[in-house]
Amino acid sequence: MIKEGRPLSPHLTIYRWPITMMLSILHRISGVALAVGFVVFVVWLEAIAFDALSYASFSAVMQSSVGQLALFGWLFCFFFHLANGIRHLIWDSGRLFEKRQADLSAWFVLITAVVLSGGYWVMV
Amino acid sequence: MTLRSPLSRVLGSGSAKEGTDHWWMQRVTAVALLILGPWFLFSFAGLDNYSQADIAAWVAAPANAVMLLLASITLAWHSMLGIQIIIEDYIHGPGLKVVSLILNKFAHVFLSVAAVLAILKMALGGSL
Repeated sequence: MIKEGRPLSPHLTIYRWPITMMLSILHRISGVALAVGFVVFVVWLEAIAFDALSYASFSAVMQSSVGQLALFGWLFCFFFHLANGIRHLIWDSGRLFEKRQADLSAWFVLITAVVLSGGYWVMV
Repeated sequence: MTLRSPLSRVLGSGSAKEGTDHWWMQRVTAVALLILGPWFLFSFAGLDNYSQADIAAWVAAPANAVMLLLASITLAWHSMLGIQIIIEDYIHGPGLKVVSLILNKFAHVFLSVAAVLAILKMALGGSL
């Protein structure tokens, strides 16, 4: 009994992506990336503690260009997820829900994440 | 008329019996990680040398070992809660969904136990 041509609610693909939408999905993506990073973190701990996988080969992988890119990616994801997490905690308290506030805080989070991860990378 | 028992109303936990526990613990672990995460990055940045022995000695310092244990367990917990939501949102087949949810729990418990053992090994020395 499905009639053809009935109006559908708009799908994700027809929206112009506002910054708030982008940050929402980026929060999930960075969370998943950090979960993968946690696996590597545990491997790193095991390598140092037990030499099951030698620490030398672990650090060799991490010092390759792919390893460095991954490390910087995780660093950015960490600061982004942290800053946007604070934004979420503020929302939980019922604040910053106005459209303009949500847009501004989104840019603030993004810039903070870039500055902190870039700064940390340069300093360490 | 309601079919809920007075006890169920008082406990306020609804049919899932857990109420807001998942949501709340996600926030609590998030707040803990606001401290533990930056602590890790900035304490680690303070090392002069990153040889295996230097990092192991850094982990072995009691204050660092305690913070790392807390960080590993809290991170695993927070990650488990987050991945659980993503599975619940995107995986719909009842079989695959339940299997993924269980594997998610197993993987995170496994990772946290492995991390704890490695940290304790370094903190307590050769006795392990």
